[in-house]
This record gives sequence, structure tokens and C-alpha cells, in this order.
Amino acid sequence: MSKQIDVHDLNIFYGNFHAVQDVSMTIEARSVTAFIGPSGCGKSTFLRTLNRMHEVIPGGRVKGQVLVDGKDLYARSVDPVDVRRQVGMVFQRPNPFPTMSIKENVLAGVKLNSKRISAAAGDELAEKSLRGANLWGEVKDRLDKPGSGLSGGQQQRLCIARAIAVQPEVILMDEPCSALDPISTLAVEDLIDELKQDYTVVIVTHNMQQAARVSDRTGFFNLEATGKPGQLVEMGDTQRIFNNPAEKATEDYISGRFG
Amino acid sequence: MSTSTHKRPQRSAPIDGIEPSEVRTAPQHLVWVAVGVGLAIALIAGFALNLSLGLVLGYLAYLLTAYLSFRATAGSRVGLDQLMRGLIYGAFALALLPLISLLWTVVSNGAMRAFSSAFLNQTMNGVTGLNDQNYFDGNADFIGGAYHAIIGTLEITAIATIISVPIGMFTAIYLVEYAQGTRLSKAIRFFVDVMTGIPSIVAGLFAFALFGSIFGVGTKNGIAGAVALAVLMIPTVVRNSEEMLRIVPNELREAALALGVPKWRVIYKVVLPTAASGLASGITLAIARVIGETAPLLVAVGGFYALNTNPFSGPIQTLAVYAYEMFTKPLNPGFRDPSLERAWAAALILVLIVVALNLTARLIAKLFAPKKSGR
Repeated sequence: MSKQIDVHDLNIFYGNFHAVQDVSMTIEARSVTAFIGPSGCGKSTFLRTLNRMHEVIPGGRVKGQVLVDGKDLYARSVDPVDVRRQVGMVFQRPNPFPTMSIKENVLAGVKLNSKRISAAAGDELAEKSLRGANLWGEVKDRLDKPGSGLSGGQQQRLCIARAIAVQPEVILMDEPCSALDPISTLAVEDLIDELKQDYTVVIVTHNMQQAARVSDRTGFFNLEATGKPGQLVEMGDTQRIFNNPAEKATEDYISGRFG
Repeated sequence: MSTSTHKRPQRSAPIDGIEPSEVRTAPQHLVWVAVGVGLAIALIAGFALNLSLGLVLGYLAYLLTAYLSFRATAGSRVGLDQLMRGLIYGAFALALLPLISLLWTVVSNGAMRAFSSAFLNQTMNGVTGLNDQNYFDGNADFIGGAYHAIIGTLEITAIATIISVPIGMFTAIYLVEYAQGTRLSKAIRFFVDVMTGIPSIVAGLFAFALFGSIFGVGTKNGIAGAVALAVLMIPTVVRNSEEMLRIVPNELREAALALGVPKWRVIYKVVLPTAASGLASGITLAIARVIGETAPLLVAVGGFYALNTNPFSGPIQTLAVYAYEMFTKPLNPGFRDPSLERAWAAALILVLIVVALNLTARLIAKLFAPKKSGR
């Protein structure tokens, strides 16, 4: 299922603004990779280029290569819609579809594409995805109720269930816990730990303890000054980044002596 | 003045000209005193002079009494509050007065004729001034109604809706989903705003000239009228729909896109259903806005005494034009009353249709609204 991602010399732009400069990295399959760094350093922007959601923003464009198991996502023949089916995404704020029930939300990836799915197969997929997101026990008696009636943490796990129901190979998470309380955060973190059995997980977080807890490898992004493009300062095993960073900037950031 | 760090500072001695404030309770029953004074003045002045002057004087007396009595008992802030309260209620009543008066006039003049079976089921085909005279003299039943006009109004408005809703909705979708911030979208928005201000008679002349130049000068038919109404309706639909699409959270679009859903499907399956209630009520209100148009229909469709359901050929009667014709050209100039009754009844039916449309808009908004709760 899961795949390795290789990024070569990626430069990201918003119109004429150079947002991220010369990023090269390898994201390993079946592992959790975390990106940390100050606000505005381009880590979320970079994350969005991994499933071509960056170009949804007017003026958003990219130079460089993103290879998923050797295939370039930005090759001319590649349809961004197919990329997004392979590389799922969970956003900062839980965003279930308000017009749909819990079950419809989980099956949204199938239903919105008008793929035919039998009722039994739909039920099975919904259960499997909700179990995968550790939400089944909490919602199994109210699958036909609106998804927006759930608590914030439940909504976020519903969004994760929705993402895995499409059966992607990679799951991107953009600060998935920043709108959640500590208990819901714990539930999502436990889930991330389980997801890496099957998926390649990439997570952006402002919470360094979270990065230390959940990730196998960590990348630190920084920018020299506001208005300058963000850069990948260093990347390595989470243990090493937090205990023995190679760069001074990394050490300053993780020890709170930033700026 | 002694101040210490652990105790609250003592209140300082009063400064000349500034009174220390104190809590005073406003005696609410003074409102009724003021109302009583106002009513008394209104009654006296109303009988002594005339009714409207009495109302104005009574209102002023109420304002003055309320202001002065509250000021005297509870301070100037409360007095001013009461004064402003009175002014705002007055403005509200003033704004409501014409509406109530209009509704009352229409209902009282139209109600007795509008719901008679002759009016709702008959056309003016074969009805002459002689019939009206006989009815007036008590020798015959009332005949001649607005059946053809009701059908004509519904038909022409329906065609106008069919023309303008797709154009308006697709324009709004283009503006919000595809052309955000481009020069073309700014130009479109500007021209839509200009179109909103087009006088309705100009729309009618446009349709009349357009159909005249294609099918021969003087062509009047239902489609021409529907085109004229569509010209008036499209800007309203575009503006309403644009606002509704714009308030759909961007997160929902991104969530759907990130699931690998093509953009057109995101619009069709996520954006439009989420905005459905607003879109539907916006369209209904746009219909209500044009259904009572008279001038463009008079120019582009004309009036007709009988039922004509074919929009492609010949004039069609509509309610507003019907009322206008009955009022300006009574069937029997010697016995105007039956024709005036028809005009008022047609006006009442039109008002009822508009009210029904507005209620439908609210109902639709409620039915389609995304379900919020459900814990």
C-alpha cells in the first residue's frame, strides 16, 4: 500500500512570491514524518504540494520534482485528481460535509465520484474506515446523523476515516490536532501510530512534543527573514533531531531559544 | 488624599462641576404615564383639529413627557434613552404605515370580487360594457374575470425563470469558482451591477425592439415578455447566487478536492447542495421581484381579452396589465364600478402570489438548510 516519496529541488511559488526554496528530501514508506518550524516557514505549503493541493490556490505553482515510487507527480501527463486519490489529506480544522450524514461523510470519496457501490459494500467500507479511525464504537449507533453533530475530536477522526476510505497510499496531515483538546489529541496521536502500519504518514505540527511522540523522522523548516523563502534546514531521525541537532537554528528552535 | 499599596484608594473629594454618579432606578410606570399623556393630547387635538394632526401632536407629547419625566427621576442618560426609544418606534411606525395602508386598501377593495368563481374561472372573452351595465342594474350576474391573466402571468414568469436561472446561476458559479479576482470577473460584476439599475420599461423596449427586428416590427408575444423579464431578473439571480456561493466555506471545497474529486463534481455535489437553501430562496425572491412588472409586459406582450396559452404567438394577458387596463379603460365608461372591482381583485391576487412566493422562499430555506445538530 504505502509508498516512498522523493522530493528533488522543489521550489514553490504564490504568483511571484517565492514561498519555499530548494527542498530535497526522502519520505520513507510506512513511517511517520513530521515537519516542524515557525509560522510562515512554508511547511504547510510544502505539504500541500505533495498531493497537488497547492495549485488549487490562485497563482500557486511549483518547480521541481516530487516522485512517488519513482513516478513524478508533476509530470505533464499526470492528472491532479488521480494524485489526490493516492495521497489523502486531513486539514487543520475538522471539515465534515454539513449536508451529509456520518456514513455519507465516510463514503464521500466514493459517492462524490458517483462510483457505484452496493449497499453492503458501502456499509463494509464505512465500518472498516471508521474502525481504522478509532471512531466506530462511538458512532455506530448514529451513522445516519449529521457529521457536524460530533465533537471536534470526533469530527477530526471522521475526516481521517473519510481520507482512508479512498484507500490512499499516503496520508498528509496539516496540524491535525491544533483545534483539539488534549484528550482528542491523544486519540488522534494513537491513531497516527496505528496508521503507519499501512500508510506513509506526513504530519505538520506546531507542537514539538507531538512531533517527538509520533514521528520517526523529523524535518525542520525555517526562513531567514519575513519575505524570504522558507527552507528545509535539516532532516533526520526524530531521536537525533531532538537530542543532537546538527544545525544551530534547529537547536535554538527546539529548545525554545528561537530568534 | 491618603493611598496605601494594599488598600483600595479612598474616593477623592468631589471635583467642582463633576457629580459622583450613583445608582438610581428608573420608574418604569412613567412609560404608561407618557403614553396616557400622548393619547390624551391625540384625542383632544384629533377631535378639535383633525386626526393626523392629533396623532402627530400626541406623538410629540409622548416623546416630551417620557424624556422629561425619566430625566427628572433617573438622570439624563435614561431620559435620552427613552427619547431615542420613542424616536425609533416612531420611525418604525412611519415605515410600516404605508405598507399596512396599501395592504388594507387592496384587501378591502379586492377581497369581495377576487375569490368569486366568476372572477377566477372566466376570461374577458365576449364580455362587453352591456354585461357590466346589466350587472350594475341588477338584471344579470357578474361575468368576466382574470383567469386568462392569472394563467398568463404564471406562464410568462415561468418562462422568464427558465431563461434567467441557468444564465444567472452559471454566471455566479463562474464568478465565484473559476474567475475569482480576474479582470473578466470584475468586468462582469460591474455590468451586472449596471443591469440591476436598468429601468423596467427599457427592458421591455429592448425585448420589443429585439423581437421586432427578428420577426417583424410590432411582434408581441409571451416569449418577448419573458425575455424582458429575464433581463430584469438575471442580475438579481447572479447577485443573490454569488453571495450564497461565496459563504460556502473554502474548507469544504478543499476537503472534497483532497479526496480526489474533480472540480466540477465538487461544485455540483458539495458547493451547490451546501448553498441550496440560499440559492432557492434567492431565486424565489427574484421571481417575486419581476412577477408584478407592468411596463415591460405592456410593451412586449400587450394585453388580451381571452386566454392565450401559446407564448410564441400573439399577446397574452397578465395580471398587472389586466389591472392597468381595467382601471384606465373600463369596459363601460358609464358604469365603471365592475371594471374597477376587477382591477382591485387582480391587484389582490398578484399580492397574494408574491406573499406566497416569499413564504415559499422561507420554507425552502428551512427545508434545505444543512442540519446542524444531531448529537
